Amino acid sequence: MIAALRCMIMRDLLLAARRNSDVLTVLLFFVIVVSLFPLGIGPEPKLLRTIAPGVLWVAALLASMLALGRMFAADHADGTLEQMMLGATPLGIIVAAKVFAHWLVTGVPLVLISPVLALQFDLPQELLGVLVVSLALGTPVLSLIGAIGAALTLGLRGAGALLSLLVLPLYVPVLIIGAGATESAASGLGGSAQLLLLGAMLIVAGAFAPWAAAAALRISVE
Amino acid sequence: MQTTLEAIDLRCVRGERTLFEDLSFTLKGGELLRVGGPNGSGKTSLLRIACGLLEPDRGEVRWGGGNIRGLKEEFWARLLYLGHANALKDDLTATENLGIACALAGIVVDGRQVGDALGQLGLAGRENLPARVLSQGQRRRVALARLALGDHAALWILDEPFTALDAAAVGTVQRLIGGHVSRGGGVIYTTHHEASIAATVSRRIDLGEAG
Repeated sequence: MIAALRCMIMRDLLLAARRNSDVLTVLLFFVIVVSLFPLGIGPEPKLLRTIAPGVLWVAALLASMLALGRMFAADHADGTLEQMMLGATPLGIIVAAKVFAHWLVTGVPLVLISPVLALQFDLPQELLGVLVVSLALGTPVLSLIGAIGAALTLGLRGAGALLSLLVLPLYVPVLIIGAGATESAASGLGGSAQLLLLGAMLIVAGAFAPWAAAAALRISVE
Repeated sequence: MQTTLEAIDLRCVRGERTLFEDLSFTLKGGELLRVGGPNGSGKTSLLRIACGLLEPDRGEVRWGGGNIRGLKEEFWARLLYLGHANALKDDLTATENLGIACALAGIVVDGRQVGDALGQLGLAGRENLPARVLSQGQRRRVALARLALGDHAALWILDEPFTALDAAAVGTVQRLIGGHVSRGGGVIYTTHHEASIAATVSRRIDLGEAG
C-alpha cells in the first residue's frame, strides 16, 4: 500500500516534470492576476496594504481552480483510472496520493512565490510569514475539496464551468479564514487563531475528502 | 483459496435498451470463457460488471462465494483486467508504464522482470521509448505485457486483447492465456478473431442482439 502510494506520487511528479507547461500556466496565471490589482488600483500604499491578503488569496484560489480539471481527466481518458479502481490499493489512498502530488505541483509554487508578489502591495515584512503559512495550510485544503468536485464532474460536457460553480462556494470558508489570518495579524491581534482553524480544516479535509472523491469517481466511471 | 467466479441472473440496461437479462455463468479455476456477439451486444458491459466497474441492474457477481461489491480490494488483488484503453501514459516509457501498472496491481517487480515481460511481447530494444512514439500495436503489446507478469491474479478479464496485434503477437498472447489456464487460472475474454487457445475446459457465451 505504501509502495503504491509512493509510486503514484512519483508518477504524477514525473508526468508534471515531462509536461511542465501545465505547471507554469498555473504559476503565471497567479502572478499575472495578483499583479493586475496594483496596476488597476494605482499606487495607494494604504489601500494596497489592506487588500493584499484578500487579493493573494482570491488569486491562489482561482489558480488552484484552473488546475483542478486536469486532476483526473487524463487518467480517465487513457484508461488508467479503471486500473486504479481495480488495483490492490483502496481507491481513497490512490486519490490522496494524487491530490498530494497535485498540490506539490500546483500549490507549493504559489506558496513560495507569494512573499515576492506581496512586495507589490507593500505588505510589511512581519506579515509575510503569516501569509505564507496561511497559504501553505490553505492551498492543500483547496486541492482536497477541489478533488471531490473534479471527480463529480469527470467526463461531463462543460465540466470546467460546472466545476467552478460546484467548488467555489465550498472554498468560501477557506478564503475567509485564510485571508483573515493576515488581516488579523496586521491589526495586531495575531493570526494564530485563524491558522489553527486552517490546520483543523486541513486535517478534516485530508481525512475525508479522498474517500468522498473516490466514491464520486466510481459513480462517474459507471 | 476459492477461485470461482459466479454471475447470477445478471441484467444490464444501457440507455433504453436491455442488453442482456437472466444471464448466469460459473467460471472455475482452469477454465476459459469466451464472450461473443456482435458490436453493441453488451460484451464490454458484461466484462465491466464481472470486474466490478459497473453495477448490474439486477443480479450479482460472486467471487469465492462473496459479492464482489463487498469484497472490493480482496477480489481486485486477484484480478487482472485489461480494457479497451491501454492505460498508458504518452510521456512515460514502456518500462515506466509497466512498472506503474504492476505497482497499482500490488505486485512487486524488479527491472529485470519488467524487461523480460516486454521482451516476451517482442518489445526488446524499445523499453525506453516514450509510449507516444510507439505504434498502436506496440502500445497494445505494452499493455498486454502485464499478462507475462500476471501470475498473482487468479482471474484474467480481457476485453478484445487481440486488437491491433500482428499474427506473431496474437500467438504469444494466446500462449500466455493458455499457460495461465493450465496453471489453474480463470480467463474471460472477448474477441472477434478466431482464437485457438489450448484449454481443457473452454466455454462460450454469445450475447445476441437483445430485443
